[in-house]
Amino acid sequence: MRTVTVVGASLSGLYAARELRSQGFDGRLVIVGDEPHRPYDRPPLSKDFLTGRASEDHLALTDDEETTGLDAEWLLGKRARGLDARGRTVLLDDGRTVSTDGVVIATGASARRLPGSSLTGVHTLRTLDDARALRDELGGGPRQVVVIGGGFIGAETASSCAALGHTVTVVEAAPLPLVPHLGAEMAAVCAALHRRGEVDLVTGTGVAGLRGTAAVTGVALSDGRVLPADTVIVGIGATPNTAWLAGSTLALHDGVLCDDGCVTALPQVVAVGDVARVGGTRAEHWTSATEQPRVAVANLLAGRTLQTVGSLPYFWSDQYGARIQFAGRRQDGDTVRIAEGELADGAPAEGGFLALYERDGRTTAVLSVDRPRPFMRARRELVRGGSRPQPAAL
Amino acid sequence: MIPVCRFEDLPEGESVRVGTTPPIAVFRTEDGELYAIDDTCTHQDASLSEGWLEGCLVECPLHAASFDLRTGQPTCLPARRPVRTHRVSVDDGTIHVHVAAEEGTAA
Ligand SMILES: Cc1cc2nc3c(=O)[nH]c(=O)nc-3n(C[C@H](O)[C@H](O)[C@H](O)COP(=O)(O)OP(=O)(O)OC[C@H]3O[C@@H](n4cnc5c(N)ncnc54)[C@H](O)[C@@H]3O)c2cc1C
Ligand code: FES
Repeated sequence: MRTVTVVGASLSGLYAARELRSQGFDGRLVIVGDEPHRPYDRPPLSKDFLTGRASEDHLALTDDEETTGLDAEWLLGKRARGLDARGRTVLLDDGRTVSTDGVVIATGASARRLPGSSLTGVHTLRTLDDARALRDELGGGPRQVVVIGGGFIGAETASSCAALGHTVTVVEAAPLPLVPHLGAEMAAVCAALHRRGEVDLVTGTGVAGLRGTAAVTGVALSDGRVLPADTVIVGIGATPNTAWLAGSTLALHDGVLCDDGCVTALPQVVAVGDVARVGGTRAEHWTSATEQPRVAVANLLAGRTLQTVGSLPYFWSDQYGARIQFAGRRQDGDTVRIAEGELADGAPAEGGFLALYERDGRTTAVLSVDRPRPFMRARRELVRGGSRPQPAAL
Repeated sequence: MIPVCRFEDLPEGESVRVGTTPPIAVFRTEDGELYAIDDTCTHQDASLSEGWLEGCLVECPLHAASFDLRTGQPTCLPARRPVRTHRVSVDDGTIHVHVAAEEGTAA
């Protein structure tokens, strides 16, 4: 391979570029990214960056020394808008084309929006530019904040807004937030953390629309209520950035379909990170985006799937001074057992807890709040226990 | 020189966090060696005293960066900057940390 093009200049794209070089690829490396910024880390955007504890310097994923060592052509501020049928030409929005022998698709996901989101005061939180705009607005005195969506990003944003002294309400359409991630029992426990920040959680009601003419003034709920608001943050999930691949021969279905080695239908095209549906699942976790590139690049350079991504899903979330960590694959019907620590009034007690998800006497997943050490031990045991060979069909 | 704890109160393979500013983590490895480094991971916000100790390496509990206790250098991503190391001594059965000057390997 003489040229490899990485499309998407963020977490998984950067890790792929690093892997290409460390696995011996010494040809031309082109990195295309539509954001004007060098790769930066997103998790702090809803946490320490929003509260002002972390500056933009803290977000940088790489530095000049490493960038020089990577010896790549960075095409930043350029959007890829097509990939030809053979996967040999990447078309850019300025009309240029990049001829390439291999492609790493690392275009991530974009925040889902609501109709009416062009009103001032309505935000999403996915990019540095999003976070800057929100941070500036929150710095201008106390505001009535409504966060739409009680998922992890919504909850973290609500927590940060509350820490900054704003009045915050979270609206969640489902009867409980976080159920798909944590199961109902533990979702209720983690959702109870909102009480620590004196944040109201309104559940079981959708949003009918946003109110306001130029600036947002409120959020109309489907039960008829209107919550007054001068800042609205829409945190209703993300959709994978696959639109630019519409004219390619790749299979797209809520992500780029690939085998469990991140290889698409074309052997010289691999996909990693939030955009990749690897062996049937699409993770939106930082750790997957940093682990998949090793395997994807090995397979890309080999021209076929030699390795598969076997790692256990892991994510964390920081909210209301608590650190939530989760690892494993839970299923509905798993029983949950608090193995360490306890709950207080349905919420994590001071000092946190460790919970094990179990099925047929085996641990399937582990959750902790403020118990990093026992969590690490349990996660390692889970990895060991689950390291028996996976059927090839997965 | 900051007293940490009695030597026998820090078993092999264990660590303890000292509430200095910035906090310091003291480790006693399986080989019985004592090491002290800055407790806060140079990547983001996690306490290395809660990390996974293996030989002379400690793995961060948040995103698995690993640091060499002898040098403070990260051995893998996502950390790219070292933590400061501090000298440890045992005097009359008590572990002490000699806090390194702010410069040196400070991140
Ligand atoms: C606010 C926030 C908080 C988070 N917190 C956590 C957390 O606590 N724990 C956790 O595990 N995960 C967290 N995540 C998720 C984590 O950040 C993602 O999993 C990770 O960013 C995925 O990396 P990626 O490189 O695959 O995609 P992305 O980070 O989405 O990057 C994709 C890049 O490709 C660019 N791009 C898209 N289309 C094109 C195109 N056509 N041409 C060129 N470039 C393109 C995008 O602009 C972007 O720069 C959080 C995410 C957000 C937004
Ligand atoms: S905080 Fe230590 S590796 Fe991220």
